[in-house]
Amino acid sequence: MSHLIKIIAAPYTFFVASFASAESGFWSLNMPRGVTEVSNAVYDVHMLMMYICIAIGVVVFGFMFYVMFAHRKSRGAKAANFHENFTVEVIWTIVPAIILLGMAFPATTSLLKVYDTDNPDIDIKVTGYQWKWQYEYLGEDIKFMSELRTSQDEQYGRVPKGEHYLREVTQPLVIPTNKKVRFLITGNDVIHSWWVPDFAVKKDAIPGLFTSAWAKTDQPGVYVGACTELCGKDHSRMPVVVEVKEEADYYEWLAGKKAEAALYASTIGKDWSNDELMQKGKEVYGISCAGCHQAQGEGIAGIFPSLVGSSIVTGPIEDHIGILINGVAGSAMQSFADQLSEVDIAAVIHYKRNSWGNDMNDIVQPLDILNYKQSR
Amino acid sequence: MAHGPSENFFTRWFFSTNHKDIGTLYLWFSFAMFLLGGAFAMIIRAELFQPGMQLIKPEFFNQMTTMHGLVMVFGAIMPAFVGLANWLIPMMIGAPDMALPRMNNLSFWILPFAFAILVSTLFMEGGGPNFGWTFYAPLSTTYAPDTVNYFIFGVHLMGASSIMGSINIIATVMNMRAPGMTYMKMPLFVWTWLITAFLLVAVMPVLAGAVTMMLMDINFGTSFFDAAGGGDPVLFQHVFWFFGHPEVYIIILPAFGVVSQIIPTFSRKPLFGYSSMVYATAAIAFLSFIVWAHHMFTVGMPIAGELYFMYATMLIAVPTGVKVFNWITTMYKGSITYETPMLFCIAFVILFTFGGFTGMMLSIAAADTQYHDTYFVVAHFHYVMVAGAVFSGTAAIYYWLPKWCGRMYDETMGKVQFWLAFIAFNITFMPQHFLGLAGMPRRYSDYGLQFADWNMVSSIGAFMYGGAQLLFLFNVIRTIGWGKPVEDPKVWEGADGLEWTLPTPPPFHTFSTPPVVK
Repeated sequence: MSHLIKIIAAPYTFFVASFASAESGFWSLNMPRGVTEVSNAVYDVHMLMMYICIAIGVVVFGFMFYVMFAHRKSRGAKAANFHENFTVEVIWTIVPAIILLGMAFPATTSLLKVYDTDNPDIDIKVTGYQWKWQYEYLGEDIKFMSELRTSQDEQYGRVPKGEHYLREVTQPLVIPTNKKVRFLITGNDVIHSWWVPDFAVKKDAIPGLFTSAWAKTDQPGVYVGACTELCGKDHSRMPVVVEVKEEADYYEWLAGKKAEAALYASTIGKDWSNDELMQKGKEVYGISCAGCHQAQGEGIAGIFPSLVGSSIVTGPIEDHIGILINGVAGSAMQSFADQLSEVDIAAVIHYKRNSWGNDMNDIVQPLDILNYKQSR
Repeated sequence: MAHGPSENFFTRWFFSTNHKDIGTLYLWFSFAMFLLGGAFAMIIRAELFQPGMQLIKPEFFNQMTTMHGLVMVFGAIMPAFVGLANWLIPMMIGAPDMALPRMNNLSFWILPFAFAILVSTLFMEGGGPNFGWTFYAPLSTTYAPDTVNYFIFGVHLMGASSIMGSINIIATVMNMRAPGMTYMKMPLFVWTWLITAFLLVAVMPVLAGAVTMMLMDINFGTSFFDAAGGGDPVLFQHVFWFFGHPEVYIIILPAFGVVSQIIPTFSRKPLFGYSSMVYATAAIAFLSFIVWAHHMFTVGMPIAGELYFMYATMLIAVPTGVKVFNWITTMYKGSITYETPMLFCIAFVILFTFGGFTGMMLSIAAADTQYHDTYFVVAHFHYVMVAGAVFSGTAAIYYWLPKWCGRMYDETMGKVQFWLAFIAFNITFMPQHFLGLAGMPRRYSDYGLQFADWNMVSSIGAFMYGGAQLLFLFNVIRTIGWGKPVEDPKVWEGADGLEWTLPTPPPFHTFSTPPVVK
């Protein structure tokens, strides 16, 4: 008997359990409650709206189903002939209006929370690129790109998909607990939109404009979001990953990041060998270039030029550096001056000039890139 | 051949100035586009059946989502209702034909060329439009493939066609009503179309303006939408949605009209609250002009703007609610039977109302932070576009086709198609609410493993829904060719209105002498 009840109740239990769960796991039905004051407020207003809609639905559809059943011709129902009733019509205009007035209050207070971006403890500039995010810690001199780490092989089914498929990046954004972090969001090329569901933060990243949002949470963890404005072919391949660390861990991470940057700067002056450049270049190419110019440099006809035997790649090295540093105005070829380090740019140029049948045999050093940048 | 159609196929269909023939052309064209747009949807759902890229490349996926939207909105739904208007408005108001028959011919024949231009871009170097049917700049300008110029030209042509079609409808309704047919006696389908036609005349030029600014930005060095040149990418969205929001009511208002004709017939009872239906339609049309930025809650508007657009949007629930209550009260104390058109209309009322509920949730700006640009939105607008517009269009065909061709459709097949479509529709789009709430953005060619289950369910539903449409096509062809002849002018026991006073099938020229309406 109890077994039977369990079976009958299973769909209901499943339904309720899924709504109650904040987990966005398999077969999930509802939005996560999230970990910030804003996301909780948003969740509450969302649930309130849903319950109001369900209540209205039960009344309206309940009445409708009753009518559909009771007033069937096959049950011998004879049609009445009335076609208006002033009182009823006034009531069902005014009652919904009153319900809406009731909704307006929580709708307004929750929105005020979303917009409360004043007096932040930390400012982070978020820039959307085709198809990656750049995070800059204002006042800290730290800036890095965050790109998808899932391989093309996984995406095209040549190897099994990992647990974090399309939810993993080269470097996540790191923020501390219990600090009000303000995100200043902009775009470099087209419009993107920066979304972290657990923070209820979603703002468009618009080239030439800034939008802002904020988050403050006491729960450390890794929170995954997405780009939500169509931004071209890899729109679904630029996840947002935010790691919230305890305050002490955050400052340790920050110090480590600065030391790393200093160490990196010292390698610029060094002479890199052919092998070192090729190895580094291949890595950089796979993350930053292959999305458009494709794995073997073949490009996509009519959209992204091929690099095999191209006049730039097999032309004077100055021009090749120039196109990476400056980009090509009015095209998808962006400036990489702020996106890649001097070492990365030198390596990837060297790699392109010596791969897929390109055989230039010239060598370019990070210092050349630095000189080019400074002379511009 | 003064009194019948030309016997020469070419002369009859290409040179036609007859409202019925042009209506037929519109309807067949829209059905062809419906199948084409549906094929694009099948490609999308097949690719999304599993995570990973299995069938197509991401850039082609974006072309499919874009073309699916454009073809369905401008090629399938809008022309379907123009076709219904052509067939029905003269018959309903007691007129011999449309007021401007030659323009009628032109407004139809522009469409096949517009869509030939649009669809041909798929075969060009660089591919077709890949920036979504909302074509936000600068993705659709600086970063667009060169074929965007064909897209712009195609949109201009569609706009011209729509404007001509609506001017024709306005002229017909205002000038050609039979004696005694006052405005407040017009069937509701005529009313909703009259209001829709005004919406079209008002907003299609706005769309034309948007694409013209794009054309200038792309080819002539202007910077309307480029911040670097002093323009503003957000301006594009304001202009687009100033067109785009009324556009969704352009699609749904004639659907309201259809449902308001059919429910009384099968309830055997006059429409409840006729005048409040008319006022509600007008109110919805007015509100549609002042709520556009609720599509843009995440662009970083000042909070005052955000609050205004939220409150204004919530208001739409009032006149929409009035309509739903009126339909249900029409059924109340009726004598209801459930023929196929009635089934589709009841499904319309239930599912459209459901889409209205999610619409109300979306109007709450703070909550929209989570919903915006996710599958929740995709689910919402398919509930109103498919279960709304497409279901009512299907109901209209089942309802009036026996009148038009004097042959009855197969009721069993019609009911099978209804249940198949109803169930498949919900299997397709109900899970998309869950996907959106769980965090899956729209227009994604690939997704994380946590979304795999519901995507697979949704795809299975989509294939079923596609199959149901083929059954519909078969039933329609079978009816026209081999259906059981109908002679009764009324066709349906409870039918009411001038179109049912004509012989079945109606003569080529509708009312040569105007009927008198009491």
